[in-house]
Amino acid sequence: MSDLVTYLTRLGDNTLVLGHRLSEWCGRGPALEEDIALANTALDLIGQTQMWLGYAAEAEAKGRTADDLAMGRDVWDFRNLLLLEQPNGDFGRTIMRSFLFDHWHLLMLRGLTQVSDARMAGIAAKAVKEVAYHADRSAELVVGLGDGTEESHRRMQDALDRLWPYVGEMFIGDEVDAATAAEFGAPVPDMLRAPWDDAVLPILAQATLTVPDGAFAHQGGKTGARHTEHLGHMLTTMQWLHRAYPGANW
Amino acid sequence: MYAQMIKSEASQDDPEKLAAFQARIDRGEKIEPKDWMPEGYRKTLIRQIGQHAHSEIVGQLPEGNWVTRAPTLERKAILLAKVQDEAGHGLYLYCAAETLGISRDEMTEMLLDGRMKYSSIFNYPTLTWADMGAVGWLVDGAAIMNQVPLQRTSYGPYARAMVRICKEESFHQRQGFDVMMKMCQGSEAQKRMAQDALNRFWFPSLMMFGPSDKDSKHSAQSMKWRIKMNTNDELRQKFVDQTVPQAEYLGLTVPDPDLTWNEETGHYDFTEPDWAEFMEVLAGNGPCNRDRMEARNRAWDEGAWVREGLMAHATKQRAVSVAAE
Repeated sequence: MSDLVTYLTRLGDNTLVLGHRLSEWCGRGPALEEDIALANTALDLIGQTQMWLGYAAEAEAKGRTADDLAMGRDVWDFRNLLLLEQPNGDFGRTIMRSFLFDHWHLLMLRGLTQVSDARMAGIAAKAVKEVAYHADRSAELVVGLGDGTEESHRRMQDALDRLWPYVGEMFIGDEVDAATAAEFGAPVPDMLRAPWDDAVLPILAQATLTVPDGAFAHQGGKTGARHTEHLGHMLTTMQWLHRAYPGANW
Repeated sequence: MYAQMIKSEASQDDPEKLAAFQARIDRGEKIEPKDWMPEGYRKTLIRQIGQHAHSEIVGQLPEGNWVTRAPTLERKAILLAKVQDEAGHGLYLYCAAETLGISRDEMTEMLLDGRMKYSSIFNYPTLTWADMGAVGWLVDGAAIMNQVPLQRTSYGPYARAMVRICKEESFHQRQGFDVMMKMCQGSEAQKRMAQDALNRFWFPSLMMFGPSDKDSKHSAQSMKWRIKMNTNDELRQKFVDQTVPQAEYLGLTVPDPDLTWNEETGHYDFTEPDWAEFMEVLAGNGPCNRDRMEARNRAWDEGAWVREGLMAHATKQRAVSVAAE
């Protein structure tokens, strides 16, 4: 797989996996406005998936489509961050997962709007507008719930503690990142940590949440080396219909 | 039609005021929230708009059942957009009902403890992907039959909400028909799924219009007030007349052996749905009533800490901004 294809697959798998997770909330949100926002965010992310995986499939040039990539690959071929495949848990954990990712995603997309590959820059330019809204919304909820009642505070702190070990993977670069940075000027993950801290830490402070100690980071999602057990179950649901009737046109 | 068997309230108001109110309606004027209105008009509308709003909310569940299993990214996106529209419809409708002096939370509590209803159709399960087509084609199709005339209903906020809703619903109906077309042009298994979906949704869709006119006790007052624009049987006939040729185009068989074109009337003759089954569904014995209510109650209960947390934060913020003044 070329570095470009891997890079695009990572972007598309991130949006696919998170978009799917958010879609699991359908009709079950804590308030009508949240149902609308969750569906809307999921829709944005699935739309971005179509663009990233569509480009990945073309760049790969093996005659596959975005749908073939989304519905036809097994766990070990997925390249999303481990954070995103974590189950929804309660609404607090769902929002915290989005919050931690959204701010990274926003920085990443801002960088990608500047790359020399016009198609990649174009997709990023469209996605960045949507993701700026995702980041605002998740930040607002983190603050509201972190600094809400005793119970909402406790649940948000639990969510942060539970998800924190999956944060580090967002900032660990590898040879694919180095190659795309050299070729197109794509952002280097290590360089995103400081601006991410600048964006996220003040919001967590405003939310009266304590940033957990420890820099331990689970890895293996973006390389595909070792996903969590959760992804397989997600794919079982997501891919079942497509796989049960091979070749069908829907 | 998402409002069924809406009980209309008799009014005990001053006869002169009532006559003047009726004259406004007869002249085609819109009634606005601050205008005088008979208590019965207000209560009947709350019931009707509330039931419609609840139907949009509960209606997310049978579709949510397939969002996670949609067969392609495009189908997943379309279904998400549809579910999002439905939650949005619920929101406008609750807002329209709130102009009549009831809060969304009160209406929600009434849905959750069974005092208010939602359309019987959402108590039927969605078992295959073809059901996403059938729901769009038949259920949204039936809803539009009722909602298009309601754009001219006498209550202003309801009529205006309906204008926007109708645009989106007709888009949903076309999407549903498109799913059915793909299935019917597809493999044998897909065709079988499509026929099975029509078999299961045909009669429940006919039930959406409510009981036969001869058994519909509440229609006359509501029609006089222009909050119901056509009788149940008129709309049902219109739906059948529109839908049968579409089924033929798809190559599907409507599951009614007595369905025939009547040259004399210019309409299809068809078998009425099983009204005993309809009454059972309304009484809580449809295939999914308990599942649907459990899901809505769970969402509400499990969301309590979120709503309370956000309220508490907003209160703190207000206190901070007052202290700063």
